[in-house]
Amino acid sequence: MIQLILKRLFTYIPVLLVVVIITFLMIHAAPGGPFDAERVASPEIIEKLNEAYNLDKPIHVQIYNYLFNAIQGDFGPSFKYPGRTVTELIMSGLPTTIELAIYSIFFAIFLGVISGLVASLNPGKILDIVPMSISLLGICIPSIILGPVLVLIFGIWYEVLPVYGWGDNPGDKILPTITLGTAYAAIFARLTRGGMLEILGQDYIRTARAKGLSEIRIVIVHALRGGILPVISFLGPAIAGLLAGSFVVETIFQINGVGRFYVQAAFNRDYTMILGTSILFTFMTLTFVLISDIVASFLNPTLRDSGGLE
Amino acid sequence: MRIFFVVFIFLISCSGKDDTASKVDIFSQQGILLLGNGTEPSGIDPHIVTGVPEHKILLALLEGLVIFNPKNNGVLPGVASDWGISKDGLIYTFTFNPDAKWTNGEIVKPEHFVYSWERILSPELGAQYADMLYVVKNAESFHKGKIKDFNQVGVSAFENKLVVTLENPTPYFLNILTHYSTWPVHPETVEKFGGMTSRNNQWTRVNNFIGNGPFKLDSWEINKSLKVSRNDLYWGNDTNKINGIEFLPIDNELTQDRLFRSGGIHLANTVPTEKIKRYREERPNQLIEHNYFGTYYYRINTNKYPLNDVNFRRALSLSIDRDLIVKSILKGNQKVSYSFTPPDENSYNPNTKLEFNPAKAKLLLKESGYDTNNLPLEVLYNTSEGHQKIAQAIQEMWKKYLGLNVVLTNVDWKVYLARETQGEFDISRAGWIGDYPDPFTFLDMMVTDRGNNKTGWSNSSYDEILNNAASKISTKQRYELYEEAEKILIDELPVIPLYTYTRTYLLSERVQNWQNNILDTNPYQFLSLE
Repeated sequence: MIQLILKRLFTYIPVLLVVVIITFLMIHAAPGGPFDAERVASPEIIEKLNEAYNLDKPIHVQIYNYLFNAIQGDFGPSFKYPGRTVTELIMSGLPTTIELAIYSIFFAIFLGVISGLVASLNPGKILDIVPMSISLLGICIPSIILGPVLVLIFGIWYEVLPVYGWGDNPGDKILPTITLGTAYAAIFARLTRGGMLEILGQDYIRTARAKGLSEIRIVIVHALRGGILPVISFLGPAIAGLLAGSFVVETIFQINGVGRFYVQAAFNRDYTMILGTSILFTFMTLTFVLISDIVASFLNPTLRDSGGLE
Repeated sequence: MRIFFVVFIFLISCSGKDDTASKVDIFSQQGILLLGNGTEPSGIDPHIVTGVPEHKILLALLEGLVIFNPKNNGVLPGVASDWGISKDGLIYTFTFNPDAKWTNGEIVKPEHFVYSWERILSPELGAQYADMLYVVKNAESFHKGKIKDFNQVGVSAFENKLVVTLENPTPYFLNILTHYSTWPVHPETVEKFGGMTSRNNQWTRVNNFIGNGPFKLDSWEINKSLKVSRNDLYWGNDTNKINGIEFLPIDNELTQDRLFRSGGIHLANTVPTEKIKRYREERPNQLIEHNYFGTYYYRINTNKYPLNDVNFRRALSLSIDRDLIVKSILKGNQKVSYSFTPPDENSYNPNTKLEFNPAKAKLLLKESGYDTNNLPLEVLYNTSEGHQKIAQAIQEMWKKYLGLNVVLTNVDWKVYLARETQGEFDISRAGWIGDYPDPFTFLDMMVTDRGNNKTGWSNSSYDEILNNAASKISTKQRYELYEEAEKILIDELPVIPLYTYTRTYLLSERVQNWQNNILDTNPYQFLSLE
């Protein structure tokens, strides 16, 4: 197992390298530069700025320099925020983004798995149709709509929850968590239902029933372990998606996370910031996928042997 | 599902507000202003930053020789308590207020301004607003590296006086000094944390920052808030009734709108266009609309056929129904443009005309000999719903009245800027906000080869008139010359002005003494909270 994990970790290097090089080439190919502004600076100034940020060197030298510094943990200065480094800016928002993602994923699992379970135990009945219809709605409504609607209802009409911020006012984490987590809760609900229905039809469940075990025991102890596997497998990509998708929620609720940098950097042509955030999100996606593979292989021994980690 | 519902209700009941007082109510009592401030400031170094959110923050933290007078767009004493101007209008002598201090207790000295101006004019710093000081003798030469010795630049310290020598009499020089690029930095702090010309200087960090404004920097959390509190050492504290300001970087106007409505901020610095009409009825005392010193216009690439033909350009302008654009599309009380410089009834009010006359337009198009079956012209704009609506309307007008085929191209902001600068466009939407309240900030832009001209247009008479105006001390004479230049511009139309900007925002009734002025600038020390 450890060997397999190490092997997977080793593959990070070429993946990250390719991401850096492709990103580098793409941002330099994009028209417009970091110092283009409505109020045009003189060519002399642009030249000085390019010099100051090493943009006057050939691109292969720039890539080499960047990689050389990045390996040592130096992701360079931000072009948009003079006097601040990319690492510093990312670190200012990362804890909040991670916290938001964790709350959202717990919310999604809690809501999704329970409704999936309820639905799977009542196939075709009202308790199946209603949660599944709602979950379909949850998947369809984008957070850019759901967020403002929740704010309107709970923040402006009923005034029970704050409409912005993160950790500044009591209860201000609720609406962002729900907004970001809902779509995933809906997916988890459908995955759980599907997984459970498959497991509940298996012979060993029938055996358990024949032994006279209580329905709760059958579901919780025997069925859920296998039924929840699709959810576990999807957790990695889901967390990575939550992190990358937090931009919208961070903007709606004015949350100081890292997601906003991710998108704004591209608009600002903040080259170093684009690279820094791309590396971060690549790294996190790889890591969460790896973690969910590990968890899945613990829950399902067949994966361990068949190379679930490969 | 039921469990979730119970948990949710529980969470709500835990987090509900105890009373009905909003954040704005509570903070007003404490004398703290909560301002929606657009995007996260890129920094607070007055010699490096260039944006409006940065300006709003610097207004609290630093102070120049003079302060912008929000009531009449003039100036009030700042670090300089008094000043004298030589008869030829070339030498300004500023006497320093002995009570003007830095937040570390040191007195603000004329030498600090000499250092600061040397800093912004040093080419190595790459300051994008250095040209604000080009009116100072030899400043441009120093900035462009033609002279290396800063002593040759027209600024020097003498006892408690700062003597500034100008290239030309520049009656609006004092107005220029209200711009943050001319404000001082604390030399020792700048040297200590990176040196004069380092862009990576750390002096603006919360623990390092030394300022001389009415407020001092307390905290700065990126993408969250920047807080300042009353500077007890500020010379003008007798009249300052504000205890602190919290600047909230909210770039989404809908978020800002919701925050304002829920009582979270005193000022929402923009209003979603679709809500303006409703707010006029529902919130007449909170919705503020006033003229802004800016023009929205279409920039014409005069290097390209058929746009190099003045008659063709006139035909384009004559077939635009500006009234319709302002009333039916913008709906924000904007004024139709009749000149490039926004007019001011009390000062510069040029007698130029931009009429809507499709019949005349058709004749001029015929005169230009342009075949409407030619390849379509392109209108370039940066992606925005507002720009798109205007472009679509104009596209239709040109089709209807002139039979012109026009394609619209929207690109992202940086691509738009790059294409404009490189001249890769036919017609592009543009906007310009004046940096100081003088027509020169608009007219100078269209002088031959100015970086912001971007149209390729050049007119020697225009250049000469503006050059002449620079040597006039009398404002009346100067404005007469400006008007002459303006007439040339409106006659030749390398730019087609469409409307004068309006500032529209939401302001809590608790904020008192707020002045609606064309630069949209209100020094905070003149405000109070109810």
